[in-house]
Amino acid sequence: MSPPSVIGQPISRVDGRSKVTGAAKYAAEFDPGPRLGHGVVVTSTIAGGVIATIDTAAAETAAGVVAVLTHRNAPKLPYREHKADVDPEDGERLHVLQDDRVHHHGQPVALVVANTFEQATHGASLVRVTYHEEPALTDFGQAETRAVPPGARREDGGHPGETRRGNADAALAAAAVRVVAEYVIPREQHNPIELHATIAAWEDVTLTLWDKTQWVDNVRDEMAAVFGIPIENVRVVSPFGGGAFGSALRPWPHVTLAAMAARHVDRPVKIVLTRRQMYGSTGYRPHTVQRVALGAERTGRLVALHHEGIAETSTYEQYTESLLDATRLLYSCPNVTTRYRVAPMNVNTPTPMRAPGEASGLFALECAMDELAVALDMDPVQLRVRNDAERDEDADLPFSSRALRECFRVGAERFGWERRDPRPTSMRDTSGRLVGYGCASATYPVSVEAASARVQLLVDGSAIVSSAASDMGPGTYTSMTQVAAETLGLPLHRVTFELGDTRMPTAPVHGGSITMASVGSAVQAACTKARRQAFARAKRPSADLVEVLRQLDYSVDVTVHNEPDDAADHYSMHAFGAVFAEVVVDAALGTVRVPRIVGAYGAGRIINPKTAHSQAIGGMVMGIGMALLEHTVVDARSGRVVNSDLAGYLVPVNADVRDLEAIFVDEHDPHVNPLGVKGVAEITLVGVAAAIANAVHHATGRRVRELPITAEKLV
Amino acid sequence: MKVRLALTVNGESREVLAPVHKTLLEVLREDLGLTGTKHGCELGECGTCTVLVDGEPVLSCLALPVAIEGRAITTIEGMAEGGELHPLQQAFAELGAAQCGYCTPGILLTAQALLDETPTPTRDEIKEALAGNLCRCTGYTKILDAVELASMRMGARK
Ligand code: FES
Ligand code: FES
Repeated sequence: MSPPSVIGQPISRVDGRSKVTGAAKYAAEFDPGPRLGHGVVVTSTIAGGVIATIDTAAAETAAGVVAVLTHRNAPKLPYREHKADVDPEDGERLHVLQDDRVHHHGQPVALVVANTFEQATHGASLVRVTYHEEPALTDFGQAETRAVPPGARREDGGHPGETRRGNADAALAAAAVRVVAEYVIPREQHNPIELHATIAAWEDVTLTLWDKTQWVDNVRDEMAAVFGIPIENVRVVSPFGGGAFGSALRPWPHVTLAAMAARHVDRPVKIVLTRRQMYGSTGYRPHTVQRVALGAERTGRLVALHHEGIAETSTYEQYTESLLDATRLLYSCPNVTTRYRVAPMNVNTPTPMRAPGEASGLFALECAMDELAVALDMDPVQLRVRNDAERDEDADLPFSSRALRECFRVGAERFGWERRDPRPTSMRDTSGRLVGYGCASATYPVSVEAASARVQLLVDGSAIVSSAASDMGPGTYTSMTQVAAETLGLPLHRVTFELGDTRMPTAPVHGGSITMASVGSAVQAACTKARRQAFARAKRPSADLVEVLRQLDYSVDVTVHNEPDDAADHYSMHAFGAVFAEVVVDAALGTVRVPRIVGAYGAGRIINPKTAHSQAIGGMVMGIGMALLEHTVVDARSGRVVNSDLAGYLVPVNADVRDLEAIFVDEHDPHVNPLGVKGVAEITLVGVAAAIANAVHHATGRRVRELPITAEKLV
Repeated sequence: MKVRLALTVNGESREVLAPVHKTLLEVLREDLGLTGTKHGCELGECGTCTVLVDGEPVLSCLALPVAIEGRAITTIEGMAEGGELHPLQQAFAELGAAQCGYCTPGILLTAQALLDETPTPTRDEIKEALAGNLCRCTGYTKILDAVELASMRMGARK
């Protein structure tokens, strides 16, 4: 008899114990031996120009300092061509300490290696750099006027400058009701609680890196390219990550610096960036300005949709994201134009931050939809339901599944949307403060990438399953153990899942909510094959795998490489959701509280409701941060981030959090992937900021179109 | 200038030779290999480096070991007794209050100090006690639930 299904069960994390006892090891915590040196980075204090002088004498003679690396003495590295999915299509990464050029404030210009972290920090403070400063573009207002269409073509996975379906201009001019508005989102920082860290150790010609990364295989490939060595000579290990949300998708300059320094001083080197340094070197969600124009019939039917957006990027790489993608498919509309521009500036390159593109784009679109509902005097839920799309009108494909209407129905009921008096400023709480209800749609695409997994079935009746995947927190260890146990027909405690080492079979990036679908499918395929092999080799027939394994003379060992099928050619695959938020606003002080959020999601099959729910709540809280708190303040004159710490950059604290509920509606999608999963990491952030902004309008009658919604914008 | 420090960590006496200005956080992580104490900002802003000193939560990134010689330091490695998880650890593992787990040690120790003082705290008291601990993953609700669950179980045991 096979054990009861463990997929879909709220299993507690298999790595829970290691996390509550402090046993789980993160990048900075590995011990490469007693000769470990500590590297501290010195960063530029100008945004553009060249280094004139760099005085390292005092640092070099400071106690404990082993070496000071600058562009003068750093080894010239091959930096062979290397582009991964996480790298911008256009441009080239910073080549660290290879020349005297400064491209942005906070760029590494020297590295001090010492016996201890304190000595290296002291040494770094002694390095004196002077510059020939050149005019630098650090003011978005100025850069905006020089914005350009993205270079990468859509067919190459780029995000197009213009798209057009029908004639939005003409339809807009003729529309019975129109809304035109501009929305601004500031730069935002991932701020995982763990600092970015790397330990590099060379042994002869081979390099081992313990790194905070969402993709060990790509760190290996990039380091091999940068140092011009075969990939077999690089090993990257990363079993746990202390959060990342996109900041650890790419290897940043400090990873190269650690490896460069370790070779230079011929001992292992650890670099832990400071919180402050992370603002200048581990990416961010780009500042965007978006304009939306909507035209509708009196019935609420959309007839025209125009959405344009401008985002910042660096001068050396053109970062683009799916800012306008959702606009083209979320609603049914015959006339749609999108226009995307990027503004190169003297800043470090942005990088995907949780729900990149969709989180920003849908803030604008969903606020505009709310404005349209007001203009039409129509219920905002009804407006969205009325414009629900039957198929993806952009790709001209059917959806593999789409639960938007169902999400609005379930979410509205759970939230108590019918209690909403549509008139702004009409609702109050018992202490007389203004109350508002708002809603927004959410969507995020589903992708599946090729992945591999290895399954070893041991003669003691246990299984070890591995793949070079990552777990930054969502519960990869747990969900993969569940998929493996279920597929093998073994109880959970007999299955161990391992990840985070380039010696394991290859896995795609741990980002974009693709891990479950991609690695999960590989694990499933490998387990199916391993189980079949075990039974084929059984000496005596039995239905029980443990019994069969115990008869074997040697273990079963299979590795399967799983390629996604061609479903993406036939279906448009997305998760959909509906977010409802309640706000309470103190009219005198302008303070906004969010006592309640309900999100309903059609995210396919949920492998583990416990971890999925926890992840969803985390996404919503990041959405509260986006709506009310988060703002990287860049000094437009110097390009310096002014609030580069957790006292100046506010993230939600527990006092910001009250009742949060995530509901996963039943959704069986036979097309997306064999497991039927869509991923929940990103979509749960999408729409939250818009729902809150819309609720603030409902509470106060004030439309705040620039995030975050801080008190001074309301009084 | 290095000094010899006599520290009591998790009930054991440990001797360390370190400069006076070296923080407790660095001494724990680098000199004593107790990496369960985490490093999130070094500026007293995130709470992830919290340890207990004589049962009181202390930000180890701001504490100097010389100042607390002879006092009882508890890190996450010392929270489970004889291999048996503290009810707080148990509850955090069960409810999924640890996602990436990086904020978890600091939060567990802070919560332990709270429950030692106030065995059955209200939700607001829990929030207040954990106000200085940032978590970027969980959205906090599971953390608060887990503290409540542990408190309930500990009460039932007595
Ligand atoms: S590391 Fe001590 S408070 Fe952040
Ligand atoms: S669980 Fe990741 S920071 Fe709290």
